[in-house]
Amino acid sequence: MLKQTALNAAHRAMGAKMVDFSGWDMPLHYGSQIEEHHFVRRDAGMFDVSHMLAIDVEGALAREFLRHLLANNVDRLQIPGKAMYSCLLNEQGGVLDDLIVYYLREDWFRIVVNAATCDKDLAWMQARRDEFASSLTLTPRRDRAIIAVQGPHAREKVWQAVPEMRGVTELLKPFQAADCAPYFVGRTGYTGEDGFEIILPANQAEKFWQALSSVGVKPIGLGARDTLRLEAGMNLYGQDMDETVTPLESGLAWTVDLIAERDFIGKAELKEQVVTRDLFGLVLIDKGVLRSHQQVRTTYGDGEITSGSFAPTLDKSIALARLPKTIPLGELVQVEVRDKLLSAKVVKYPFVRNGKSLI
Amino acid sequence: MTIPNDLKYTKSHEWVRAEADGTVTIGITQHAQDLLGDMVYVESPEVGRKVAANEECAVVESVKAASDVYAPIAGEVVAVNEAVANKPEMINQDAYGAWMFRLKPDNAADVNALLDATAYKAVVDSEAH
Repeated sequence: MLKQTALNAAHRAMGAKMVDFSGWDMPLHYGSQIEEHHFVRRDAGMFDVSHMLAIDVEGALAREFLRHLLANNVDRLQIPGKAMYSCLLNEQGGVLDDLIVYYLREDWFRIVVNAATCDKDLAWMQARRDEFASSLTLTPRRDRAIIAVQGPHAREKVWQAVPEMRGVTELLKPFQAADCAPYFVGRTGYTGEDGFEIILPANQAEKFWQALSSVGVKPIGLGARDTLRLEAGMNLYGQDMDETVTPLESGLAWTVDLIAERDFIGKAELKEQVVTRDLFGLVLIDKGVLRSHQQVRTTYGDGEITSGSFAPTLDKSIALARLPKTIPLGELVQVEVRDKLLSAKVVKYPFVRNGKSLI
Repeated sequence: MTIPNDLKYTKSHEWVRAEADGTVTIGITQHAQDLLGDMVYVESPEVGRKVAANEECAVVESVKAASDVYAPIAGEVVAVNEAVANKPEMINQDAYGAWMFRLKPDNAADVNALLDATAYKAVVDSEAH
């Protein structure tokens, strides 16, 4: 039996093609994935991402605990509402998950983790909590829905739909959130566009969804979510990184602080690691479509595509690939696609930001 | 789901039309394009290539996935639809109009052994369960 979000009936009523996504019955698209992609780049789309899990970390030792638990430095969060991206690592430095952590008060942080990994994450966090500070509470918030509204007009449309939200959220900078009960609103996203991610009581999700729809925000499925995040150069857990690799070989060195004195799970391994490969962008020059697991041949050594697709904004195929770290940008490489070798160019990513091509 | 009565079909979701000149025209069905979603790339076979029945001879790629297209019967590729190769979304817009390639069959009678519309509908229905 697949799990359902509070918006399941709304998706079906809007004509969604539903798929099994990590045990959840989720919308893949509502007609055309490519049209949905363009709509987010040009206007405003809404995504049901309630399959992701918010976990509240509460107690006097919350910051101390997260300093130990997370690879990124939670001490960067000093203003209430500030949010940060981080990896959750195991003792070997392998990536258990990636997440967003919000700082609300010294005794209250909120973490949002991926759907496929949330049970594993929660068990891991509870075990570390038991070792570290048993007085801390970890509360999975399955009573909450999560709706992302993304696109150049996203914030304006949210304010049209719920005018009382404007005052509290108008001054939010990127990676800042505000509690605007019953809405918890973060200026974050997974598309490379402006917008909000909004956590709200599950039983109010459908009303909010319909209010957004009534001001012209269109529903966007997981299909377009994937091509949008790929163009934006954002990693997807389970594809671009997992427990077998560290952040240092996943394009995420910027999220790991190895200089500060703070100790965290996985730090010792990361400090010792000789990093020989990293994530790079690829743009296909020949005709075709790059896909994950295709092999990449280069004069610097071989590599592998971790995420690849057709990029609707660029009208060509792009990929993230794990390649030898010494490869220069601009290098031409060969990708094995079926029985052929196709030419691709190594580029810096993101590929698209705020609707504009960067390549 | 549209399944025209005047075409033949395969279990792998190709449609086949016998032409008056003895060739057969091949595309993928409405059901196949619906499963794959927005098409972004078509790899056509070379004209002149000899193919066996059930041999992979073309590829369609949607945003979501790549899918092989098989020769329904043995023959020689005599034409490919360049318009569809240049504009793959034609397959989404009109699956039965957007033909992919034409074969000159080794044995014209082979077409008769393919699925008719009723049998193909049963294949589609069985996949839904």
